[in-house]
Amino acid sequence: MRNSLRSSTDEGFVPPDAGDFILPPIFGDSILTTKPVILVFFSVFLVSTLFIASSRKASIIPSKLQFAGETVYGFIRNEIGQDVIGSEFRRFVPFLFTIFTFILTNNLFGIIPFIQFPTMSRIGFPVAITLFVYFTYHFVAIRKHGLLKYLKDMCFMPGIPKFMYLIQAPLEFATYFLIRPLTLAMRLFGNMFAGHLLLILFTLGGEYLLHNDNFILQLFSVFSFAFSIVFTFFEFFVQCLQAYIFTLLSALYIAGALADEH
Amino acid sequence: MSELNNFIDLAAAEAPSPVIPHLAEIIVGLVAFSLLFYVLKLKVVPKFEKAYEERTNAIEGGLARAEKAHLEAQQALAQYTGQLAKAREEAQTLREDARVQGASIIEDLRAKAQEEAVRITATAHASIEAERQQAITSLRAEVGALAVELASKIVGESLDDAARQSRVVERFLDDLEKSK
Repeated sequence: MRNSLRSSTDEGFVPPDAGDFILPPIFGDSILTTKPVILVFFSVFLVSTLFIASSRKASIIPSKLQFAGETVYGFIRNEIGQDVIGSEFRRFVPFLFTIFTFILTNNLFGIIPFIQFPTMSRIGFPVAITLFVYFTYHFVAIRKHGLLKYLKDMCFMPGIPKFMYLIQAPLEFATYFLIRPLTLAMRLFGNMFAGHLLLILFTLGGEYLLHNDNFILQLFSVFSFAFSIVFTFFEFFVQCLQAYIFTLLSALYIAGALADEH
Repeated sequence: MSELNNFIDLAAAEAPSPVIPHLAEIIVGLVAFSLLFYVLKLKVVPKFEKAYEERTNAIEGGLARAEKAHLEAQQALAQYTGQLAKAREEAQTLREDARVQGASIIEDLRAKAQEEAVRITATAHASIEAERQQAITSLRAEVGALAVELASKIVGESLDDAARQSRVVERFLDDLEKSK
């Protein structure tokens, strides 16, 4: 990691770039002790603890903690699982629930003071989750329809002229096997990466302006800091939205795999 | 160590494309996600589902109970209304019956009394007639004897012959009746 602040004061303002997302190990010298990796495991611990505490004594009349946990769980279960997947939704609820809580927590790390790093801005993690989704929806479809029928239904949509299959079949195939996983991972990564970059930019920019000798420029640092605060709120919105979209799309892909025709 | 440092140095030098995933991070992501998935699947989801189910049962049970009670109440009401109507009808029938019966009893009694009166009157008439006949008969005999005796005394002629005697008396009496 470069120390942007030091470079800024010495040689003029250096805007943050992708290098700022490469963090050194916090201790030791293993890749397993970098901030993102530790944060990912911390998120697992945090989500597990919270939801176990919230569901341990789950009863008909919920406690406050149970109510909070159930609100999140019920949202995924009913609004995403039941509404999107339909009658077979029950066995996918744990999966969707994990996706949502895992991504949301890791996204929110981006604006939580002292943590302030959205782990999903390291593309390896969105890729990992996408791999689960990718294999899940293909597996579900192949088990339900068989490999050949799945590929046939996918590539040869009924009701269009025969010669159109020349264009349509490769497109559909690419959608299922390349575009979907790529967009799923890139969307989450891109949003988190860009959001965090903006936050760094406004914060470092403000700091640079504040340390400047010019009084007027120092004044302008206020706007920069104010903008970073506004963007923090905006980021909160984007972080929640991206967790929701990722979960929703996963449910949609699974629903598509279960559907008789698409 | 050296590999990681290279990675970091490389990053610092020319900031590698952030869209190239680091294999270690993918593996960490897979492991962390699996871990969380199994914890949530085994520990959290069943508990929530159980609470959901219990709550649904409780609500549905309550609704079913209320529905049942409502139905029962309606049935009881219908039953009572029916019974009330029947009782009213019965009372009406009873009153009607009683009225008819009373009238017929009175009619019967009146008829009986009439009959009795007629009978008594008839008996009275009969007995009066019988007594009159008896009186007439006895009177006739006595008057005959007396008259004969009187006449024999007056005439001095013995009218011992019974047949003649009675013939005379009869004739006398008949004359008496005719003269009346």
